[in-house]
Amino acid sequence: MSAYEKIATYETLDFAAFFASVTEDRIRYALIKPSINEEDFLCLLSPQAENYLEEMAQKAHKIALNQFGRTVVLYTPMYLANYCVNACTYCGYNSSNEIKRKKLSLEDAEKEALAIRNQGFRHIILLTGESRTHTPVSYIKDCISLIKKYFSSISIEIYPLEQQEYRQLIEAGADGLTIYQEVYNKDTYKTVHPKGPKSNYQYRLEAAERAAKSGIHSVSIGALLGLSPWRQEAFFTGLHGQYLQDNYPALELTLSTPRIRPHKGTETKIYEVTEKNLVQAMLAYKIFLPRAGINITTRESAEFRDNLIPLGVTKMSAAVSTQVGGHSIEDKSTSQFDIADGRTVEEIRCAIREKGYNPIFKDWEPF
Amino acid sequence: MDKLQIGSTELESRLLIGTGKYSSNEILPQVIESSGTQVVTVALRRVDITSSEENILNFIDKKITLLPNTSGARTAEEAVRIARLAQAAGCGNWIKIEVISDNKYLLPDNYETIKATEILAKEGFVVLPYMNPDLMDAKRMADAGAAAVMPLGAPIGSNRGIKTKEMVRILIDEMNLPIIVDAGLGAPSHAAEAMEMGADAVLVNTAIASSGDPVAMGEAFKLATEAGRKAYLSRLGPQRTVAEASSPLTGFLR
Repeated sequence: MSAYEKIATYETLDFAAFFASVTEDRIRYALIKPSINEEDFLCLLSPQAENYLEEMAQKAHKIALNQFGRTVVLYTPMYLANYCVNACTYCGYNSSNEIKRKKLSLEDAEKEALAIRNQGFRHIILLTGESRTHTPVSYIKDCISLIKKYFSSISIEIYPLEQQEYRQLIEAGADGLTIYQEVYNKDTYKTVHPKGPKSNYQYRLEAAERAAKSGIHSVSIGALLGLSPWRQEAFFTGLHGQYLQDNYPALELTLSTPRIRPHKGTETKIYEVTEKNLVQAMLAYKIFLPRAGINITTRESAEFRDNLIPLGVTKMSAAVSTQVGGHSIEDKSTSQFDIADGRTVEEIRCAIREKGYNPIFKDWEPF
Repeated sequence: MDKLQIGSTELESRLLIGTGKYSSNEILPQVIESSGTQVVTVALRRVDITSSEENILNFIDKKITLLPNTSGARTAEEAVRIARLAQAAGCGNWIKIEVISDNKYLLPDNYETIKATEILAKEGFVVLPYMNPDLMDAKRMADAGAAAVMPLGAPIGSNRGIKTKEMVRILIDEMNLPIIVDAGLGAPSHAAEAMEMGADAVLVNTAIASSGDPVAMGEAFKLATEAGRKAYLSRLGPQRTVAEASSPLTGFLR
């Protein structure tokens, strides 16, 4: 069974009816079990489980402490280009948007990489918009080869690739893949991805597996919370993560909980996702998939991010610019979205330490 | 003095500690001091020798024996590469082989571990393989040149105690090289239990690092390890299912 087929088995589930049937005893039962199954996971995502957030938090905290200790890895994204052929209704890079488009030359990419390295970062994520024409695999490969010497870990957040293309980038020095399905609900997916290659739901969903088959070390997945009712989206994200862990046990899995941020461009229907909701999703993830890391981006505010740390956060972005060349180039592009935590690296490190945790720049290297 | 010999090195402390999961690197010297340990394991994946502030090695006293581990290696080939890099980085010639290709339970791959042990022992490393407690595999590791074997008590970080007790006991009884119980020891009583069984040493990380007071917990593990060793050397009284009078009334008949 593929990840696509696994998720499809729950498509006909009447979530409203299921949630209506969840009792407090059922939630308490899920909380005392040493490991939980898919049904327990769904119970922890139910509206009734909001009354058990503290118990969930205590459990998630203990799990996280045992699995990851008091450490948080810091990383930053590096935008290589923002050319895009898609028409995602929620994204500033939408090809119909009149924004300043830019692509870094190899020389500028190295300059940007050095600026990031000088801030202390050893782990980065390379991002592009989705345009095979402007940012072909060969260009991304050249960038990785050029800047690999500055970093311990390079992840990519780009358009979905074929298995042999992932292999090429891994050989060049990439070791991580971030690919958000954005929305797991197929109907909504179709609505918010009206045209372009990104409209192929299944191809995107199976990208993480293709990368895993190519031997990638880590994969980060997530749903862009707000495009569809979050409880279902969190459930499908967890199922996807479980599928990857079960089938690729060597893979290091991280789950992200990005919420939609203000951006330039077209409007799309947004379902409310409160801070309380995000916490519930994060805690349910930690209890369902204890070994999975949790990534919290600068989409969230400084104070909120700091309070999330003891709940199982393992990775945080810092000093983020969502502009192409944002760290070193004066002639920057339009940003992809607005960030909410604009603190410097040093300020974030201090905040992590104040929480009793250790901010780490290097946690991996493909030796 | 009852000393532990690994390779050509004699150690007075039988407690080895890890350096991961702490709230800061600054606390490490205090934990090393309170635990009395003489051997500290470090994940090379975490070592950043280009940054003085981030380099964990700067927080470990030079008199401590470094035991770099191959955490992150998924194959024997990767483990060998990490070991050679650790040696080149000045971490000495001790190496803990950790080959794990299962991120869910973090169970070691004995087959790949044996292969890495053989290569590195031939190169002169003091090799300590982390392993699933299997007698035949432990013998293969000994034949391959391991200086000790490190069977797991329970999965890494689980703090669940010696769940593999019967298998570890067989290794203790049958192997002629030091047995260091590694992984899963979650409380000082677990360390004492391992030592009472006759383990030569224990390695502890999560239980100390994730405790409320790692410095005090380091000392607690030190005392428990010493107590367990002393109990083992003193030969524990036999266990019985029924009570037996300590001064039998019919003793004169023997």
